[in-house]
Amino acid sequence: MKEQKTITLVAFGYIDRSFVENVALAVEIELNTEVTTMEGHLDLSNYYDVKRRQYNGDELLKFVDNSYNSYPGKTMGLFGVDLFIPILTHIFGQAYLNGNTGVVSHFRLNNEFYGLKANKQLLQERFIKVVIHELGHTYGLTHCHVPTCVMRSSTYVEDLDQKSSSFCDNCRESIN
Amino acid sequence: MSKKISILIVDDEKSVTDSLYNWFIEDGYYVKCAASAKEALTILESETYHIILADIKMPGMDGLEMHRRIKSLNQDSIVIMMTAFASVDTAVQALKDGAYDYITKPFDPDDLSHLIRNATSQINLKEENKTLKDKISSLENVEDLIGESEAMMQVLEQVQSVASSNSSVIISGESGTGKELVARAIHSNSPRKYFPLVSVHCGALPENLLESELFGHEKGAFTGAMFNRKGRFEMADGGTIFLDEIATISAKMQVELLRVLESGKFMRVGGNKEISSDFRVICATNKDLKKMVENGTFREDLYYRLNVVDIKVPPLRERKEDIPVLVDYFIEKYCKSMNREKVDIDKAAIKRLEEYDFPGNVRELENMIERALVIGNSKSIRLKDLPLESGEQATTPVESLNENEKKHIKNILDKYDWNISRAAKILQVDRATLYNKIKKYNLKTSGQENH
Repeated sequence: MKEQKTITLVAFGYIDRSFVENVALAVEIELNTEVTTMEGHLDLSNYYDVKRRQYNGDELLKFVDNSYNSYPGKTMGLFGVDLFIPILTHIFGQAYLNGNTGVVSHFRLNNEFYGLKANKQLLQERFIKVVIHELGHTYGLTHCHVPTCVMRSSTYVEDLDQKSSSFCDNCRESIN
Repeated sequence: MSKKISILIVDDEKSVTDSLYNWFIEDGYYVKCAASAKEALTILESETYHIILADIKMPGMDGLEMHRRIKSLNQDSIVIMMTAFASVDTAVQALKDGAYDYITKPFDPDDLSHLIRNATSQINLKEENKTLKDKISSLENVEDLIGESEAMMQVLEQVQSVASSNSSVIISGESGTGKELVARAIHSNSPRKYFPLVSVHCGALPENLLESELFGHEKGAFTGAMFNRKGRFEMADGGTIFLDEIATISAKMQVELLRVLESGKFMRVGGNKEISSDFRVICATNKDLKKMVENGTFREDLYYRLNVVDIKVPPLRERKEDIPVLVDYFIEKYCKSMNREKVDIDKAAIKRLEEYDFPGNVRELENMIERALVIGNSKSIRLKDLPLESGEQATTPVESLNENEKKHIKNILDKYDWNISRAAKILQVDRATLYNKIKKYNLKTSGQENH
């Protein structure tokens, strides 16, 4: 039987190790649980859509779900490529509601993507919020209307910057 | 709003329905998917959805045809079309057919969120509107028509049965019986209730003014007609026109009125353009119109045109059992408007009211109760607070008007310990006027008189 509280962050492709460790620490504090990190190996070209020049988030989620099903608790695949799902232009991440897996990407969280000056600190903060948000979905949380809650829906980076990396009281209570 | 919004996604591509399903589930909506228009229509035969998000191009039946069929199912759903760039023209056609909006694949997540949020607001507004309309309907029922007597029940039954029709109604009854309330009750229970009820007191206006009042006038039609003015018939478009004291209108106006009733068309005074208006006519009279027809003072053709339904409002003396209910209603009404606790009425007072004949009908009773509340002791209405105490019917004072005024002012001053401000307020005059009256009638406090 899986221990629901354990979380594994699997980094695919090149993602700075200290960056991943910092994310893991923030998740550990926010969710008060043990978080382990590891590197994943995957030929991303199989998930590349030539027409859209993006990577298929639905297929990557299925891959993570199939590959890490035997892992305890929740598993989140971390990517650095531009993710899409067929119906949407892009996604920051997605997860199975009440499931065990999710995928997130920092590709569109980087200021440089929008022609702005790089800001590593801001990038890390945004990524932490997206990871915790998708983990929230795996714990069964839907989008929250509290402006500062990490479960508030964010379709732009500006939305991400408006909210905190913490759950509101209601959402936290639902997880516990 | 607490109600969970439901969304039906219709698309033949599984990847699309799966993606959208996950997206909406995360937003907390109730979501169901259908792989074809046919499947969607089968679902919609037994379930209702707030929002239907449908692909425009599907094998078998396309989104446009499905949208038409959804509308024929009388579904109140908001339909949003999903389209590829190539089918924008078709999406525009869908909008012309009444679809709420369309969105081009692939969607920007923010656009999708906005679209669904706006659709949700519209659904909430629609439901709020419906709730408010229901509330208004329940407010505008026949609650002002008070009475439990058989005669009054018959009136209420007639009101309910004629309300839904478009027929002309004549309400007859003595002055003060509540003919206008009956007219209001008919209007507010009719399909025309969201349009105006326009009242015209025919007896209050001379012929030329009544003509201008009913039909309106053009600028310069007569001296003083500075602007174009809409008439009451025009104002009542879609609603009801209530013609009170119809028996008082002149022979010329009777002809004019008949013409309007028959054609629904008229011209403003001084105008040359025919105006159409869709209104229902309710008339009221305290005269016997049939007798007037026999005497030749009221046109027979107009009488039969108006008298499709005749409602007779009984005088209060013929439904004395309603007096206690009416008294209770008026006490509550006036205590509320005076911001006071509801008071009782003594048994002797109610008995006296039941014995009285009320030539002025309900209006007279209402005035009596209002007066009793103003001059009474604010604990209960006593027999002496009613103008019937002596057993005479609304006695005419034998003293002069000045003598009466003097007595009334003295009473009020004594009652409020000669507090000039309070007494002036009760008498509804300013303090200076009260001082002048005190001086004029040489009024003194009881103590002063004793010395």
